[in-house]
Amino acid sequence: MSVVVFVEVKNKVSKAAMEAVYYGSQLGSVTVVTYGDTSEEILKELGNYGAENILVCRSLNESNDQALTNLIVAAVEKTNAEFVVLAQDQTGKGVGPRISAKLNAGHISGAIDLPETSNGFVVKTNVYSGKAIAHVALHSAKKVISILPNSLAPQLNQKDANLEEFSPDLGTFGIKVKELKSQGDGVPLPEAELVVSAGRGLKGPENWGIVEDLADVLGATTACSRPVADIGWRPHHEHVGQTGVAIRPNLYIAAGISGAIQHLAGVNGSKVIVVINTDPEAPFFKAADYGIVGDAFEVLPRLTEAVKKFSASQN
Amino acid sequence: MKLLVCISKVPDTTSKINFVDNNTKFDENGVQYIVNPYDEWYALVRALELVEAQGGSVTTITVGTASDDPTIRKALAIGANDAVRIDADPSDPHFVAKQIAEYAKNENYDIILTGKETINYNGSQIGGMIAEMLNTPFVSLATKLDVNNNVATLERDVKGGVEVVEVVTPFVLSAAKGMAEQRIPNMRGIMAARTKPLNVISPVEQEPLSSVVKFELPDAKSGCKYIEPENMDELVELLHNEAKVI
Ligand SMILES: Cc1cc2nc3c(=O)[nH]c(=O)nc-3n(C[C@H](O)[C@H](O)[C@H](O)COP(=O)(O)OP(=O)(O)OC[C@H]3O[C@@H](n4cnc5c(N)ncnc54)[C@H](O)[C@@H]3O)c2cc1C
Repeated sequence: MSVVVFVEVKNKVSKAAMEAVYYGSQLGSVTVVTYGDTSEEILKELGNYGAENILVCRSLNESNDQALTNLIVAAVEKTNAEFVVLAQDQTGKGVGPRISAKLNAGHISGAIDLPETSNGFVVKTNVYSGKAIAHVALHSAKKVISILPNSLAPQLNQKDANLEEFSPDLGTFGIKVKELKSQGDGVPLPEAELVVSAGRGLKGPENWGIVEDLADVLGATTACSRPVADIGWRPHHEHVGQTGVAIRPNLYIAAGISGAIQHLAGVNGSKVIVVINTDPEAPFFKAADYGIVGDAFEVLPRLTEAVKKFSASQN
Repeated sequence: MKLLVCISKVPDTTSKINFVDNNTKFDENGVQYIVNPYDEWYALVRALELVEAQGGSVTTITVGTASDDPTIRKALAIGANDAVRIDADPSDPHFVAKQIAEYAKNENYDIILTGKETINYNGSQIGGMIAEMLNTPFVSLATKLDVNNNVATLERDVKGGVEVVEVVTPFVLSAAKGMAEQRIPNMRGIMAARTKPLNVISPVEQEPLSSVVKFELPDAKSGCKYIEPENMDELVELLHNEAKVI
């Protein structure tokens, strides 16, 4: 069975890319398709997770949905692939549905597990904002699977990947990128493995230093509740929840957030949740693994010190 | 400017999620339906603002049954000019996208707007599929939209930042937070909505390519372990040795 896996690789192979390649290798023989000027050495690392062939389109340098769709579909035609696997990230959300429409292939949007094939082809995805899981069957010959980031632990699956330049005709398109406003070098929230988040309990934007200090020592990304973004204490892209970003980190630390149902809907995919709140009745404790009933203004700095001490002891 | 906004109904954000019929169907008992927030707050309101400033019309489109009509009327109350409902069960994303693409094909819309996802299926699929079926650009996760004649300038969330893009109409977008502010319909809007046109049309053929076999609820948390606020060393130790996340 032939599988095309689409990844984006810049300076290093991201966890999302490892996950996609590993997932593909569990379905069949993997041909990775990618683009840009990333070095051969970095691309060949994809072989560690099961890539056998790597097709790289050097002439494409931006993430244009239509160009990428044509690139991926050309790779499917070249390899006669039955599956396309990619990450359900910002690029994937634009490209996944297009490929599936173009190939007339059923699409799993946000797979959280490998397929179950004892009776048809069934993959689990999160629905109702993480409050339920749907088992979705695909009925088409070709299948497109977009993986929700941080859903499975990619394992080493050593292959000697063969690299080939690939430049099919991608056409010309009506979107022009004028500018990219970077959010800095930090890990973006949807891909973050460690997240420190705070809510209205922090009382004002001037108090976020203690949140950022903890995030810094952990190497975590910061997030916030919706009202905090709405009043402008924090930027909108930090708003997590049902109407903000949905995240699935390994660790989510929430300080001064009550744990409203709409907030939980965006963070309930976190593997471990730590809640810091002065109110022992705060609903968030029901969804927590570890709870601290206490004042965030005292607990956060103390936790930062404890993490520093721990990191020093590890070196 | 001629705009088409895709609207779907979803359970209210506070709804209890349960399933019936051997976990194959969503339990609608006691559930209130609302317009999907991304469709309503961002896509619809921005479309209305553009038309109010520059002239034109906003039509909403929904693939659904008569049970969708109350949420469609809500969209009309907020200000859409008219509505189309394609009378079918919206079970498979290809099916839904195909219906909308077929309808839109001959109508010359400048922009087709969808929400970035529904809060029940969280699929983020319909916009991209419609764009591919109509062979137009798709601007996913758009947080800002301005239109000047036939050129639109948008901001969209991409990996690690925000991209500013220019697109020539026609195109499809999915709207995310930031594009507009929620509007509460007033009494006049609600009255007017009762008589605005809601055209019900029949679906075209399209084989469903996927189906939901069953649902399950995620495992409940086993309970919260409390740590004294003075003992942050203990928390770090637990996160390292027990939870193994740092
Ligand atoms: C349709 C809809 C969609 C929504 N979508 C979202 C969403 O996506 N994301 C989201 O977050 N919300 C969302 N909300 C809002 C949600 O209902 C809550 O209002 C919001 O999450 C509350 O934010 P908060 O916890 O920061 O503030 P509050 O509810 O005010 O809670 C503050 C908490 O801080 C605690 N506290 C106070 N002082 C301290 C201290 N010194 N130390 C420690 N703790 C302290 C308090 O005990 C309290 O629990 C949505 C609402 C609706 C209706």
